[in-house]
Amino acid sequence: MDGQSCVMIMNEWDIVAARQLGRHAAKELGFGAVDQARITTAISELARNIYHYANGGKIYIDKIEEKEKKGIKITASDHGPGIPDIRKAMEDGFTTSGGLGAGLPGVKRLMDEFYIDSKTGEGTVVQVVKWLR
Amino acid sequence: MMKTSKIPILKLYNNLLISIQWELDDKTAMQFQEDLLKKIHETGATGVVIDLTSVDVIDSFIAKILGDCVNMSKLMGATVVLTGIQPAVAITLIELGIELEDIHTALDLEKGLELLKELED
Repeated sequence: MDGQSCVMIMNEWDIVAARQLGRHAAKELGFGAVDQARITTAISELARNIYHYANGGKIYIDKIEEKEKKGIKITASDHGPGIPDIRKAMEDGFTTSGGLGAGLPGVKRLMDEFYIDSKTGEGTVVQVVKWLR
Repeated sequence: MMKTSKIPILKLYNNLLISIQWELDDKTAMQFQEDLLKKIHETGATGVVIDLTSVDVIDSFIAKILGDCVNMSKLMGATVVLTGIQPAVAITLIELGIELEDIHTALDLEKGLELLKELED
């Protein structure tokens, strides 16, 4: 384990801070330009969800190692209202904020692994992983 | 707290030129949208080139702002060309599920200006 970084997401600039931290970590791990962009964009979408829907939360960035593989793990955690229908939130084009609705399904496509857990009234945790190839 | 930065908008004949040189935060992007429309109104520009060569991340929100800029400018009689989109940005935008439909694009600033000229003729 190479340690964990964490960014509190309270305002719009925290989204930029989380992005920059993620890009830095991805670069350090040796990810190429395209994967760096994928990871940075995924962090941006997750941080934006926290900012818009949950009224604050945290983004954790971990460098991970498993057997021969190295990767980056992003965890977005909030104590917001939760997502009542996860399946619906994972449909392309679904949005409740009038945005483009690329949100979660887009993040899933950008990364290698995607986990989500949400309880109404308690909050949401989204965890995504990208492996170094 | 960080200050919202202003993106400079240059006028060249009938066109406006914008080169976005740093990472866009939401406030800067929204301020830019407003500034661009004001500038079109003031100058009567008919063409706009927004150069994104130095932008290495475009997420769904920034993409929406850019798309809105294009459509709003169109309402005011100005054609927008986006130029300099990096390979990594093009790949992530499509994977994210964002299609910038009906938007004029060109490889670089020079080709963007040529395209505007062709569109005017």
